[in-house]
Amino acid sequence: MKHRADVLFRTIALGTLLLALAALGALVYDIVSGGLGRLNWQFLTSMASRRPEDAGIYHALAGSIWVIVLTGALALPLGVAAAVYLEEYGTRSRAARLIEINIANLAAVPSIIYGLLGLGVFVRFMGMGRSVLAGACTLALLALPVVILSTREALRTVPGSIREGSYALGATKWQTIWYQVLPMALPGILTGLILSLSRAIGETAPLITIGALTYIPFAPDGLWSPFTVLPIQIFNWVSRPQAAFKENAAAGILVLMLLLLVMNAIAVFLRDRFQRQGRP
Amino acid sequence: MHTRRLEWIIERALFLCAALSVLTTAGIIVVLAVETFEFLREVPVVEFLTGTEWTPLFATPRFGVLPLVAGTMLVSAIAMVVALPMGLLSAVYLSEYAPDGLRRIVKPVLEILAGVPTVVYGYFALMFVTPLLQRVFPQMAGFNALSPGIVMGIMILPLVSSLSEDAMRAVPQGLREGAYALGATRMQTALQVVVPAAFSGITAAFILAVSRAVGETMIVAIAAGQQPRLTANPFVPLETMTAYIVQVSLGDTPQGTLEYRTIFAVGMLLFLMTFVLNMVSTWLRERFREEYS
Repeated sequence: MKHRADVLFRTIALGTLLLALAALGALVYDIVSGGLGRLNWQFLTSMASRRPEDAGIYHALAGSIWVIVLTGALALPLGVAAAVYLEEYGTRSRAARLIEINIANLAAVPSIIYGLLGLGVFVRFMGMGRSVLAGACTLALLALPVVILSTREALRTVPGSIREGSYALGATKWQTIWYQVLPMALPGILTGLILSLSRAIGETAPLITIGALTYIPFAPDGLWSPFTVLPIQIFNWVSRPQAAFKENAAAGILVLMLLLLVMNAIAVFLRDRFQRQGRP
Repeated sequence: MHTRRLEWIIERALFLCAALSVLTTAGIIVVLAVETFEFLREVPVVEFLTGTEWTPLFATPRFGVLPLVAGTMLVSAIAMVVALPMGLLSAVYLSEYAPDGLRRIVKPVLEILAGVPTVVYGYFALMFVTPLLQRVFPQMAGFNALSPGIVMGIMILPLVSSLSEDAMRAVPQGLREGAYALGATRMQTALQVVVPAAFSGITAAFILAVSRAVGETMIVAIAAGQQPRLTANPFVPLETMTAYIVQVSLGDTPQGTLEYRTIFAVGMLLFLMTFVLNMVSTWLRERFREEYS
């Protein structure tokens, strides 16, 4: 009797797990069946249009790539510098402890709050307007906590003997970090960066809040250009009542998911190489 | 001498980058506080926090935030009803039952659920889950709280599951062996020894999940409708705090007006709610770590 309850419980637990996986299956099926018919070269190379059959994703794809490359360019140096300080320099100080707690808290702040921050600081106070640059600055702040946390993980995997060897040869602390520690930790750092960027590329709410446009018939041509991104274009299409726009939304989601898949594949590839290197 | 100076400058520069995170927090608080203060000069704080009507864009505006708070709570509660039992059961299975090979396959697949952009979940809720639910509940409106709530639950399930599993795996093996030695089955061990032993870690995961649900935006902006309504009925359209911020941001409300400031006041309330939840979660996790170190 006791045993039967055990088997029953185990079955229910496994069933729950399978149910969660089935939800993922339903999600993928729903999007592929809804959007695959619309996905073609014309869709990838056309701009926004009021007629659903003419509309495309080019301007939004270009906007997403602009924003995400800039976000990475801002988040990588700032995040790595912060992580190096916390991991290599300030481990004992009270300021470092305070910063650590603060970063953990920031990682859990809702993304839409970052949008309000970006609106207040970048768009209005610093006068960037509703530009690509303001969007990238906002997303960089959003991505920073994750970049810092993953960089610290990567720095921790570098053995202490490397540092001691470098010091023994007369290198200074910064020379040791720059020439020995960072190169060894680089694949891990890049993996973390790409994963945090693949989160940022799916973000919609903060960019809507800073005022990224929902209808824009051209691709960005510079840092100060107005822009839209894939998730906002998808949101715009989903919000329209016509069924043809919903199909566009599904096709747009497919493009977004493919982009995510590519980014994650690169991250996995880097991590794999990293692990092989680390083996004795 | 020259190198030492350079070293000193580099250390300061690195410190400044690290301190940027403190500046970010300060920036959030200042931006929200300044606009909220301006807002509260025109709308009494009591009216804002206890009013039951939210119509800031109407000719005769009302600024009672309760309908938005109630909408947020209802959707989050539905999400937790889905995510808590499912996440916990998945975690128990993965931690106590699953063979290593299966766990290695299932965990990354669950992680995919956490990595799907929220706008995609919004589409899924509106185009798949709502029509499905309407077959069961014909009286349900096209926009409602139930469908986005369930989808949000699926979205935060991996968070609940992986943090709970971490907590359960941190429970010393000796406790399990002791239970088996006393003749307990695997289920009794899991439910009466491991789960209680990991209780504060699991609670920390739950609270973090609530915080995530409260701050989630796009699913509700797409699938819950945009009608502030003080109700516990999951079948009718309503609006959450986050969806309201999106709604106003999409419109062309001029900067510096009272309507415009509402999004900062609502944002402030949202920030405070999630901040308290995050602090409690961190505190519980620290306590859990101390128990087993």
